Amino acid sequence: MNGIFRFLGETVLQIFEKLGRGSYFLVLMLGGVPEVLKRPGLLIAQVYSVGVLTVALITISGLFVGMVLGLQGYTILSDFGAEQTLGVMVAASLVRELGPVVSALLFAGRAGSALTAEIGLMKATEQLSGMEMMAVDPVKRIVAPRFFAGMLSMPLLAAVFSMIGVLGGHGVGVGMLGVDDGAFWSQMQASLDVREDILNGIIKSVVFGFVVTWIAVFEGYDCLATSEGVSRATTRTVVHSAFAVLALDFLLTALMFGDF
Amino acid sequence: MHYSKSHATWVGFFVFLGIGALFFLALQVSNLSSFDHGDGYRLVARFENIGGLKVRSPVTVSGVRIGRVSAIDYDKKTYQAVVEMKINPTYDTLPADTSAGIYTSGLLGEQYIGLEPGGAEEYLQNGDQFEYTQSALVLEEIIGQFLFSKADELKKTDEADSQ
Repeated sequence: MNGIFRFLGETVLQIFEKLGRGSYFLVLMLGGVPEVLKRPGLLIAQVYSVGVLTVALITISGLFVGMVLGLQGYTILSDFGAEQTLGVMVAASLVRELGPVVSALLFAGRAGSALTAEIGLMKATEQLSGMEMMAVDPVKRIVAPRFFAGMLSMPLLAAVFSMIGVLGGHGVGVGMLGVDDGAFWSQMQASLDVREDILNGIIKSVVFGFVVTWIAVFEGYDCLATSEGVSRATTRTVVHSAFAVLALDFLLTALMFGDF
Repeated sequence: MHYSKSHATWVGFFVFLGIGALFFLALQVSNLSSFDHGDGYRLVARFENIGGLKVRSPVTVSGVRIGRVSAIDYDKKTYQAVVEMKINPTYDTLPADTSAGIYTSGLLGEQYIGLEPGGAEEYLQNGDQFEYTQSALVLEEIIGQFLFSKADELKKTDEADSQ
């Protein structure tokens, strides 16, 4: 009995300890802003490996998600004779939900895990301590550029995902199933609002980019400096990111689109 | 750590693509390109029943959108709905006896205000009120009326048969 309570207490304390370390780490990273501004080359190299290399994955996934939305939406909407509103359905679900959420999940799997593994391996092979010995702050030099690169890339990736998805839905709906082209776009334009839908979607993707990259770099920096530690940290990055994205998505949706 | 020129080019391409996608979403997917609701002159119409009309619903003449509903209020003295709409200043030649009606686009589509121009010499000015309005048709009321008239008809034919 005593053991259970001790286990529970230790777990809770560990969680709070980790949250504390993570928040302190975030403050340190924000202190790296001048360093990143002074050396934009660091940021460009990271935007390449975090953002550019994810574009292909995002494009292909977005295309297929949009096509599936077009196909499924058409089947259901044509039951009500409302296949004209297919564009609204495809665009609204992509811009509001699927664009930010799915691209954040893909981003966590493709870029987040790579960030954790890279930083974790640097720690395991004592490259980070080596930099400290040379009076180079690894948080500012290694971690901060990766963090800001992730934050910058995520909204752009989500926008690409939504755009390709809408085009994919258009290809299936208008090209294959014969929905009217004009109705597809005009109904979409009439129902979607720049501030209500597009801007809220961008805000979501910024928040997701922040959270996912933060988790990724922190897990890498905080991992046990062994090969097993790195592998565990990488797994934790993907799992915690997915969890955080889905939970935050519910909160943000309730705040943005809920009536309270 | 080092970045090459080709990496920088790819990053530039990526940022361009992302911003292009944002523009696509704003212009092609949403309503930024259509009529800006910031300016325009104001007209007021009073209806007995506005049905499912909402703020931002379109205002049309002969099917062409010339403005949007900007506010909907309820007048507690006259028990009427007060609908305020903003009309694009390009279309400033609506006759003073123009009538406003609430219609539905398609069977299940959204509701909009249709304006029917009259024959007066003067034009509607900013803040003017429509003289003639036609409320939204409520489906339940129409069905109810139809059923009652049908029942009356049946009663009459029954009476005629029994005589």
